[in-house]
Amino acid sequence: MSFNKFFYTRGFRTFSKGFFKENTVCCQLLGLCSALAVSNKVENGLAMGIGVIFVLVFSSLIISALRKSISPRYRIITYMIIISTLVIFVDQYLKAFFPPISKQLGPYVALIITNCIIMGRQEAFAVKNRVTYSIIDALGNGLSYTYSLVFIASIREILAFGTFFNIQVMPAGFDKLVVMAMAPGAFFLLSLYIWIFRIGAKLQPEKED
Amino acid sequence: MVLHPLTIFVAALFTHNIVLTYLLGMCPFLAMSRQLGTAVGMGIAVTFVLVITGVINWLLLHLVLIPTGSEIMAYLVFIIIIASVVQLLEMIIEKFFPRLQSSFGIFLPLITVNCTVLAVSLFVALREYNFWQTLFFALGSGIGWTVAISIVAAIREKVALISDVPSGLRGAGITMVIVGILALAFMGFSGMGNVQ
Repeated sequence: MSFNKFFYTRGFRTFSKGFFKENTVCCQLLGLCSALAVSNKVENGLAMGIGVIFVLVFSSLIISALRKSISPRYRIITYMIIISTLVIFVDQYLKAFFPPISKQLGPYVALIITNCIIMGRQEAFAVKNRVTYSIIDALGNGLSYTYSLVFIASIREILAFGTFFNIQVMPAGFDKLVVMAMAPGAFFLLSLYIWIFRIGAKLQPEKED
Repeated sequence: MVLHPLTIFVAALFTHNIVLTYLLGMCPFLAMSRQLGTAVGMGIAVTFVLVITGVINWLLLHLVLIPTGSEIMAYLVFIIIIASVVQLLEMIIEKFFPRLQSSFGIFLPLITVNCTVLAVSLFVALREYNFWQTLFFALGSGIGWTVAISIVAAIREKVALISDVPSGLRGAGITMVIVGILALAFMGFSGMGNVQ
């Protein structure tokens, strides 16, 4: 297969759709709670992103493999059980190997269960498609969530703490904008990010208000 | 220090509002805050489910999970309880209160994936609240969520009427700005007391 043809394969299109065209945070507006809450430091954002990718990929794999035997009536509760089991893995792993990050993230790790990205991808994609494409779709969406989170977190961390990945980057006399570490800063930055992304991607504006 | 349940109630309502401080329940918050009527209906449904699941999850945690040493299962148990309570409420409303169906019942399926509900159960487990503290915390969080979504919905109705919002910022973007300003305003309450 030539390099050019690769861009038109179904696998690549599935990936790029999740990765850029339908960015989970900006276009589908999914997973906003955690995108706002854990983006105060880059390490938290990255840990959360990796956790979401792990849960998303494995739940897509399991649900896609089981898609013929899941009864449509009970599918939501089936997703819930699979997802929460995977989240328990992530939570226990973080507790064992990265206790400081686990402490900072607190209940937000467990809230991956109700993160709409995961439920949304199972319902919209994994339950209808083959395992390989489901995994590619999960990776695309998970990575787009992670880069959004890390991008917002780096701005917030630099402005609020003067550091990047816990390394001092701003000069010593820098006035820290503490509000950036708190809720209002998160809302303002995320709205700016959505605005810039939507202009950049030339998306249709939302119809209402 | 054992906090008084009423202190927790006020804290959950104002100083540590679940949306404006902990940034939880944003997805339905953005989707349902277009009209004041819908927003209030959703808020009442969330409050109702929050109190019921908060109490059931507290009972299960203290009577079953902790005595048997299986706290590791807590997340799984919590989410199953939430999903089944929502399903049960839906069936009860459909059967016995068909009039409520159109104003209240349509919001119920959305609540299973509302992170506020799971978060309240998790906070209760994490902070080791007792029964009355749990009840008032759940009630305060629910009412706090309702207050926040109602204020935002009222502002959005006005914004839709009179303002000229740039096209990329329409919908989610401008709502986020409104919520941000509201969060700034609610930070003014933080002098009332600090409850973590």
